[in-house]
Amino acid sequence: MVDVQAVAGAVLDPELRVVTIAELGILRSARVLPDQTVRVEITPTYAGCPAMDAIRDDIRSALAGVGHPEVEVVTVLSPPWSTDMITSSGRAALARAGIAPPSAGPVTLTLAPVCPRCGSGRTEEISRFGPTACQSIWRCTSCLEPFDHVRRF
Amino acid sequence: MTDLVLDPIMLGDDALLAAQRLAEWASRAPTMEEDVALANIALDQLGAARLFLSLAGDEDELAYRRDDLQFRNCQLVELPNGPARTDLDFGWTIAKLLFLSAAQRQTYEVLAADGGPLGEIAAKTVKESAYHLDHASLWTRRLGDGTPESHRRMTEAVQRLWAYTFDLTVDRVAWLGVIEPVLAEAGLARPADPDPKLGGRVGRHTEHLSYLLAEMQVLHRAHPGATW
Repeated sequence: MVDVQAVAGAVLDPELRVVTIAELGILRSARVLPDQTVRVEITPTYAGCPAMDAIRDDIRSALAGVGHPEVEVVTVLSPPWSTDMITSSGRAALARAGIAPPSAGPVTLTLAPVCPRCGSGRTEEISRFGPTACQSIWRCTSCLEPFDHVRRF
Repeated sequence: MTDLVLDPIMLGDDALLAAQRLAEWASRAPTMEEDVALANIALDQLGAARLFLSLAGDEDELAYRRDDLQFRNCQLVELPNGPARTDLDFGWTIAKLLFLSAAQRQTYEVLAADGGPLGEIAAKTVKESAYHLDHASLWTRRLGDGTPESHRRMTEAVQRLWAYTFDLTVDRVAWLGVIEPVLAEAGLARPADPDPKLGGRVGRHTEHLSYLLAEMQVLHRAHPGATW
């Protein structure tokens, strides 16, 4: 019996290729229907996320590879994705790749991210928008390295 | 008017044309960071447009096969990126974005509270609009309170675009409650209310929409259903 949730969830995010869609909180559910079709529900990070088509294709081919050629990928919006849905292993994987993860849990003020290279909290924002819709660009004023940050959303 | 601006076609058309105009900045913005910012905001607007238009019908049919008289966007979003048709004026673009994103955030908040399919989309897009509004507000303050030249151009933009802000939202008082403090902080005069430029919501548009649609729709009209 194939664990379709695990197979679909192991698909890597096409833009942040160090985290899976399960870790990012993009995968909502995956289950085998009585007719053996796999129904997968995913949610976009941002409404215009251009990676959704690639994610759908990757889910289909991953499931086809374990004997499930019939796959229905559905996009759901509610509840809207938030960075709180990124798992702790996802945050760790982002940080290891030099991408500062968003702060976890409710915060009442805007916190600067910690430098993913040297761990310093002395960082400044360079650009409010970054290489993907969910990132901004920061610089560490201790080690002087610039880095990407998945901004809290 | 009240129900009109809550229609998915109107919301979708506003976002679609805003995306198209913002995309004209690609590779031409004043700084690299701003190029990325405007492209990202355009992408968010396009994402919102696709969701709203898909709720109303077939997104490609609606985006690519309607003529200008069938569009229901406010005239603000179809205006060029500067006072003249071929201008790329950053302050002018920021003023447009400020006015639009304040309206979008407000409308999406109302819709999100109502729930339903439209509310689900609005709950998604409202967070993005809030970020756009932040960005436009920051630049409005920086330009309004900047050099004499940036102040002059920002003033001109706000003054000349003001007439196009009367059909952006159902609750103008709430919209003014967001815009007026930003203008005040930027040292920009809040314009006197002129005769409003209305008509977009019932399909009356400026000539600028026709130019925009000609460019946006040409490929699809020449090659229906083209993909790559």
